[in-house]
Parts: sequence; C-alpha cells; structure tokens
Amino acid sequence: MEQLAGNNRIGEVIESSTTAFIVQSYRLYNTPPLGSFIQTGSPPIFGVVCKITTEPLDPTRPIIARGEGADSEEQLYKDNPQLSRLLTSRFEALIVGHRAGQQINQHLPALPPRVHSFVNSCSESEVVDFSNHLDFIHLLLNSGSIVTEETVLACMNQLIQAQPLQSDFRTKVGRALAKELSSDIRQLTSILRSLM
Amino acid sequence: MIDDELNGASPLSEEHALGLVVGGSLSQGVEIRLDPDGKSTVEDLKAGSFVTIHGNKNRFFGVVTDLTLENSDPRVKHNPPPLDDKFIAEMVSGTVAYGTAEVIPHLTMPLVLGDPDVVPVSTKTIPPHFSPAYPASDSDVETVFGREDEQHFWIGNPLDMQSKLCLNLEELVKRSIGVFGKSGTGKTFLTRLLLVGILQGNQASSLIFDMHSEYGWGGQDTDRNTSVKGLKQLFGSRVTTFTLDPAQARRRGISTDEVVNINYSEIEPEDIELLRETLNLSEVAGSSAYNLQHKFGQKDWLHRFLALRGTDINELAVEIGVHPQALSTLHNRLRRLERYNFLDSSPNSRASEDTTDKIIHHLERGNHVVLEFGDYGNDLTAYILVSNLLSRRIHERYVSQTDSAEGNGGKKPRPLVIVIEEAHKFLHPGVASQTIFGIIARELRKYSVTLMVIDQRPSAIDQEVMSQLGTRLTCLLDNDRDVEAVLSGTSGSRQLRGVLSRLEPKQQALMFGHALPMPVVVHTRGYDEKFYAEVTQRQPSKVDDQGRIETAQDRLEREINELF
Repeated sequence: MEQLAGNNRIGEVIESSTTAFIVQSYRLYNTPPLGSFIQTGSPPIFGVVCKITTEPLDPTRPIIARGEGADSEEQLYKDNPQLSRLLTSRFEALIVGHRAGQQINQHLPALPPRVHSFVNSCSESEVVDFSNHLDFIHLLLNSGSIVTEETVLACMNQLIQAQPLQSDFRTKVGRALAKELSSDIRQLTSILRSLM
Repeated sequence: MIDDELNGASPLSEEHALGLVVGGSLSQGVEIRLDPDGKSTVEDLKAGSFVTIHGNKNRFFGVVTDLTLENSDPRVKHNPPPLDDKFIAEMVSGTVAYGTAEVIPHLTMPLVLGDPDVVPVSTKTIPPHFSPAYPASDSDVETVFGREDEQHFWIGNPLDMQSKLCLNLEELVKRSIGVFGKSGTGKTFLTRLLLVGILQGNQASSLIFDMHSEYGWGGQDTDRNTSVKGLKQLFGSRVTTFTLDPAQARRRGISTDEVVNINYSEIEPEDIELLRETLNLSEVAGSSAYNLQHKFGQKDWLHRFLALRGTDINELAVEIGVHPQALSTLHNRLRRLERYNFLDSSPNSRASEDTTDKIIHHLERGNHVVLEFGDYGNDLTAYILVSNLLSRRIHERYVSQTDSAEGNGGKKPRPLVIVIEEAHKFLHPGVASQTIFGIIARELRKYSVTLMVIDQRPSAIDQEVMSQLGTRLTCLLDNDRDVEAVLSGTSGSRQLRGVLSRLEPKQQALMFGHALPMPVVVHTRGYDEKFYAEVTQRQPSKVDDQGRIETAQDRLEREINELF
C-alpha cells in the first residue's frame, strides 16, 4: 500500500460539494486515516478525512464471501486477483479551509474542488502551518457528519502529535474545544477524555 | 482569534483584564464575566474590591458586590467532570463553568486622567457590552477619594490594596456622623482615628463625652493587652481634658485640666425623663418631675424635693396631684444622685455655668475637649445626665451665638462635633424627639453643632435621627435589624448588606455618606507607634479660631493676651 513514487498523491475527487468532497483512492485500502489532513486543487483546498468506505465498483454486483477454504486473508486476495479491480476504497473529506495567497483561511472556499482534482495528503509541516489557528473546529463540529465526534478527536490527536510543544498545544486545543462545545458538556468531556 | 485571546493582550492596559461586561442594569449593577482564559478566577476577587471598567467614552469606578458561579450548560451540575482528570476540569473552568462578578458602577471618570478640573461624578449610565474590567489602580483610588492632605484624612486602605483611602474632613464634620459595630469590632479605634482626623483637619472642635476614659489620656488595646495613646498625648495643648472624677484621675496618675461640677439647679425634668430607663421609673413617676418643677420653681425643685423626708412626700403628692407611690419612687431613685460627687447641692452655686463656660471657652479657642467620666463611666445614669445637661447648655449658647451672628452679621461659632457613646440611650424613638441630641441631629449644621454617635445597636436609634446622619461608618454587624437600620435610606442597600455582613471582625469597616464619594470597605489604619509618628509629623502648629496657622509672632501676641 505504498504511495505513488515521488509525490503524496493518493486519489482523485469523484464527487464534490460546498462542504465536503469524496475521493476515490488509486489503490484499494490506500486511504489516509480518519481525521487526517488532505489537500486538493490549486490554490489548495484543505479537508479532513471523515468517512472511509471500501465497496464494489459496480453497486449491482454484491460481494460474495470466498475464503472458506483459504489459509489466510492474504491468501484469499492472492487467489482472487480480480478483487483489487472489482473493489474500490473511497473516503469523504470535510472542507476546513483553503489557501489564498500566503494566507490560510479557515472557512469554506467560494467554489468546491473540481471532480478529478488530484488529492494529496498533507505533510507534517503543512499540518503545523494550518493549525496556527483552530477556528476550523467550528466547521468540523457543525458538519452534520454522523461521526463528527470521532473525526474531531482523531484530527486533534494528529494535530497534537505533529506539534513541537505538544503539552501547550493540547491546552490550546482543549480550550478551543471547550469554547465551541460550551453548551454540550457531555460531548466536550467525551472528546477531552480521549485527547492524547 | 483564539491564540490572541490566549496571549491576554489588552487594548487599553498592560495589566490583565478581569473580564468583560456581559449584562446588567444601572439599578442592579453590571455583570462581569470573568476571564475565559482562566487567568483571573472567581477566587481572585472579593466582595468590596474596586474595579474600573473601560467603556467607550468613560471609565467607570465600581465595587464588587457579589460573585456567582455560572455555567453555559446546566448539565455541568448533574454530570460534573471527573475529579481524577485535572485536564478536563481545567479546560471546563472559565469556559463551560465560569465565574461572574456583580459590580455596581458608582462613579464616572474621563478615559484619560490628569485634568485636575475633571472630578469623578456619580454614575448615571453604565458601560456597554464587552467593556473590559480591570482591578482599580492606586491612581484611580486617589482620583476618587482624594490625596492625603489637610482636608483629606487617610483612614485606611481598600481591601487588598496599598493605596491610601481618604475621608473628606470638611464634608465629614458638616453633618452628623454615625459609628456602629458590634462590641469588640473596633468602634473605639475607628472613633480615635476619626477624632485624630478632625483634629488634624481643624475644621471643627470636638467635645467628647468619654464614657470609659479611652480618648483623652490613652486607653487599652484589649486584644493586644497594651495601652494606646490618647488625643491628649498626641496633640498636647490642643486637647483639654475635663473630668468628673478627679480621684480616679489621680489614681491613674494623670493630670486633667479641669474638673466638672454641676449644680442641682441645672437639672431639669427633661433630664429625668431621659433617665427613666436607667432609673427604672414609670412614665407617671418620670413626668411628675414637671409637677415638682412647677411647684418649687425652675432652680430649686430637685434640691427641695430631695430634702423632703417620709410623710412629707405623701403630702406633697396630694398637693401637686401626683400618685403618692409614683412620687415616692421618684424620690428614692433620685436620691441616687446624691452619691455623685460632681453634683453640687448648694442652692446658689453657679458650678455648671462655670463648667459650660470653660468648655465653650476652650472650644472657641480651637481646642478639643475630652470629658472623662472616670469611675462614673460604668454608671449610665451619670453619663446620660451629664452629657445631656452640658450639651443642652452648650447648644443654647451656640443657638444664641448663631442667631446674633445672623442678625448682626457677626462671627458664627466654630463648628462643633459632640461625641456620644451608647447613643441609643439618648436617641431611642421614645426620647429622641425630646432630648437635645435628637434636636441637634435633626437641626443639622444650622447651628454649627453636629453629633458623632457611637453605638452597637443602631436599630434602637430613632429612624429620623439615623436618616440625618451624613456619614456612617460601620464595623461588623450581624443582627438583621441593626444592619437594616444602618443601611436605611442608602442607595444600593441590598448589595451593601452582603458586604456588611461579611466584614472581618477586626480593622474593617464599611463607610458611606457625604465624606466619601461612594460606599467603601476600609481596612482601617493601625493605631500604633507608626501612626503616632505620622500624626505628630503632620500636626500643624497652634491654629487660631479662624483656622489660620499661627506664626511665632502670633504666638507671642496670644500668650501676652492670655497672660493679661
């Protein structure tokens, strides 16, 4: 599942809207993890991965269980090489900001990314750059996604991991979350409890 | 931006803001939401602390009256964050769960200080939403309460601040003053401070009816078991001491300037009426003194009445139409007066005229008079009798002097502050309308005489008298009725009530009224060696009756005049 040589390109936009876009991975199971940052288009639009699915390319052809006689799952895929052509991995990314000149704006771009735009994963330095401000938490929390809480948690943990001063940044994240979720103590404590 | 807020940068000041105005009203005070960055918590503020709020056009100077714990999600009460996770508690505090302070803005100041002509004025508006609030600085306090000088006496410090808080002495002595507080909360020390202030300011003379000999020649600090200096020791010749009990003064090894003598002929039925409670007299017995005066005459009634024995009293009762039993009781009780050595029974003596003359003479010269009761201090009858009688005579003089001054355009008498302790004995609703103190309290400064009443039961003082007190200083009070009585007629009494009931039992007092621009809790100055030194240093030389400081030449002339 290694990335394409020479760049971080991981897939293409196959569906796009104002608040989110869906990316098809070039390779089966080669998606960035939940909550990670990706970028697409030029100037780049930033997204946070929120929902990953692997399903048949043709929705009319249901998947059949094939491994009854196989020794291992690896063996199963080797014995059925057509699977990597019949299945595909897709993921949804919530739009959290875009670059305008030198500045990163943490609000929605005027236009969503075009279909077939290439999608790259963000490097650690790009993530640190983006996380100077945490206003995008508001966009994540209000995305209406069914996995909002887990996406926010995963995203914040990745941000903290990428920082040089992790403890200070954790406090900054904690207070930003507390401000956003000031009317929902249950959700707030649930996220804070799992923050790294 | 969130990180800007984390830096805590304030647009107006280097110092960190306490929080922001988020609501409120002019009548109830504004609500300050304490800093969401968690840098100032609710524990950093205290009821009574000063706060300045920077509005868009004005600065508001106010005082914290209440502190509240609020939340943005009521579920925080039912599901508080886990105790073992400090991180969650830390993040939730100041955001979901936060503190608010209720601040009453009292005064409005310009945004930029420095113009001496612009003085703080009482607030008629409130700061807009999201105005930042800061702890008041020393210069704010000085702007509001004045700088220590001839007219401003440093009475103490605001809570948790080192700034000097000053009383306006001119305003203080213009109207009557009330000093209240439970027993042992520092009324006497506070009164000593005030008297030192009045002496320093030299706006008025004072006549102190010193029940327990605490003001003239020093008293006791019962907490530290040490003796403290009195006014005489601090101010020397500017204070004259009178005593009712020269024997006790000799025992204490102090020399008093004058001895008080009062003749029977000076005692009036009004005095007896005032003594009804302490002598345990019925209304009928008390009022029969008026019948006696009618029968025997203004001057002789008491002398002749006390000379009667046995059946003569019954015959007299029949003659003047008073119940014999009542008259007999009156006779018995009044015979207690015979024990008083300061009372002179000889019919034609002018003893008390002399005493009154002497007191007035000293007062007119700008001196302050302390009348020590010695052993009679424990006898309320003696205290009430003497202070009422002398005050009446002095007041009469002041009234005639003022009237003639108004008529002839002459000199009005020098303002006088009469200090009485256990004031409710003179000013309770039953007698306040009749006693001289009730009259003085109501007349205000018309005749240049005002009162300083010291009491531990303000609720027992007539409401009308309480309402006339210009400046009230109160130490801790915990009886609801007393608290109510002290705060009656004051704006914002609801908020002050909370402040008053939370005073420390020592060295703290709530002060409000004419001598201060706004109500304030004061940590009063220590009355110790440091204070003596400061007072002695600030002491003006002899001051003449027009309030002028005396030069060496003046002094020589005065001494020559006094000699010849």
